[in-house]
Amino acid sequence: MITRILAAAALVLALGFAAPAFAQVSGTPTNPVSATATAEELELQKALTGGRIAGRGSIPDAQSANLIQPAGRDWRQFHNVTLTWVGGIAVLGMLGIIALFYATRGRVIIDSGRAGRTIQRFNLLERAAHWMTASTFVVLALTGLNLTFGRWLVLPLVGPEAFATVTLWGKYAHNYLSFPFTLGIVLLFLLWVKDNIPHARDIGWLKAAGGLFGHEHPPAARFNAGQKMVFWITVLGGTAVAVSGYVLIFPFFVTDIAGMQLAHIVHGVISVLMIAAMLGHIYIGSLGMEGAFDAMGSGQVDLNWAKEHHSLWVEDEMKKARETVHPGAKAQGAD
Amino acid sequence: MARMKFLCDSDRCIECNACVTACKNEHEVPWGINRRRVVTINDGKPGERSISMACMHCTDAPCAAVCPTSCFYTTADAIVLHDKDTCIGCGYCFYACPFGAPQYPRVGNFGSRGKMDKCTYCAGGPQADNTGVEYVQYGSNRIAEGKLPLCAEMCSTKALLAGDGQMIASIYRERVQRRGYGAGAWGWRTAYKETVTV
Repeated sequence: MITRILAAAALVLALGFAAPAFAQVSGTPTNPVSATATAEELELQKALTGGRIAGRGSIPDAQSANLIQPAGRDWRQFHNVTLTWVGGIAVLGMLGIIALFYATRGRVIIDSGRAGRTIQRFNLLERAAHWMTASTFVVLALTGLNLTFGRWLVLPLVGPEAFATVTLWGKYAHNYLSFPFTLGIVLLFLLWVKDNIPHARDIGWLKAAGGLFGHEHPPAARFNAGQKMVFWITVLGGTAVAVSGYVLIFPFFVTDIAGMQLAHIVHGVISVLMIAAMLGHIYIGSLGMEGAFDAMGSGQVDLNWAKEHHSLWVEDEMKKARETVHPGAKAQGAD
Repeated sequence: MARMKFLCDSDRCIECNACVTACKNEHEVPWGINRRRVVTINDGKPGERSISMACMHCTDAPCAAVCPTSCFYTTADAIVLHDKDTCIGCGYCFYACPFGAPQYPRVGNFGSRGKMDKCTYCAGGPQADNTGVEYVQYGSNRIAEGKLPLCAEMCSTKALLAGDGQMIASIYRERVQRRGYGAGAWGWRTAYKETVTV
């Protein structure tokens, strides 16, 4: 491998010195080519510089004027090797971490037990926006993973015809559900950004690892540092995935083939990392923590759960409730 | 078994586009798709060359490597074909192909590209040879009739050569030796990781 790289580098150097006209060749992708260059030299040079050999065609489709674009090989390497490894390690690694955490720590219970009284944590709009984003994300994630891993994991089980049908419908679902997903990202951002601005106390929360490994509960406002991370992963990652995805849904509207290859690389890497992050989010929001699911289920969380995990938020809500209480109301037993 | 390849002698190609037309006519290729095309580089300048390009039927084909539904297969003659019944029109082969060969009948957005279409080396598809269903999806199957691809067969200057790789390479080599110059075998380094040494 190293000898091949050295040989290629030597050849490029030799070409550079031997043919000054080559200086014009590098740079913009659709450059004119040297009059003396042979097919072999040009292809090697384009493969090394990431350019393409292009000219003029008489067909209306401007894309047909591209003769050879070796960059497709790099994209193939990304899709078949890099993305498979990054995705496999991220998803399986996160599942492994969750399993290990569940085996050692077990379910995070409400230390002081359930109070029996509840407090509203998320209203209907917040829950609707969350579940629209969440449900479409699950479908997008599964259909996306199917495009990368289905050929190796699902195809041998169901056969080529059934797999092609499933994957075709998966592609349509992936394309069309991107719209409610993107709307959900926008809504979640608008609804929750004011409570997700990083704060100095987040450092303390992170230092205590959020109390995940012990029974102390570092103070937190409406969202703790972990939830803020989930929020920003969702908003920033979701935006990157949505933008790169729309570049691919609308071929050649925004960019050329090199741009679409890059968009796919961004889309693939960020998607698998988001899937890994969301696996953790799903775990701690359901099986992993007693009382956590209620926040997004009924929207009413147990008061003791809220005090343990969001002490400052509960104080704040209580204060607001006292201030807005009816002026004529009297404290219990005052008469 | 032969290892089928294309070789375009750009010192002979006169950009008549007859290969493009013959291919479209032979296979009744849909509007907007050109399985073969002619690209002119250095147009109007010294060193102008025209090259007829289509699917090169690569060794270790990138399209086959990235296809999510594994719809590609390679024949005993090393021709790269695909099954339109399992193609989902995702466009991945199009990203991976160094020659821009895969094309889609609909340029529509929202992933509605339709089934991918590309040069079949006049070898049809997975259906029974020279049946109606094969013709509708892939065009005619000249290889099954013992004939070579039409584009190369009817090339007026014999610039475009099709056939066993070693055989067409030796024809090209002989030409270059006789006339004393040659720009090389376009796409061979990329498609076959080798080139025609003279």
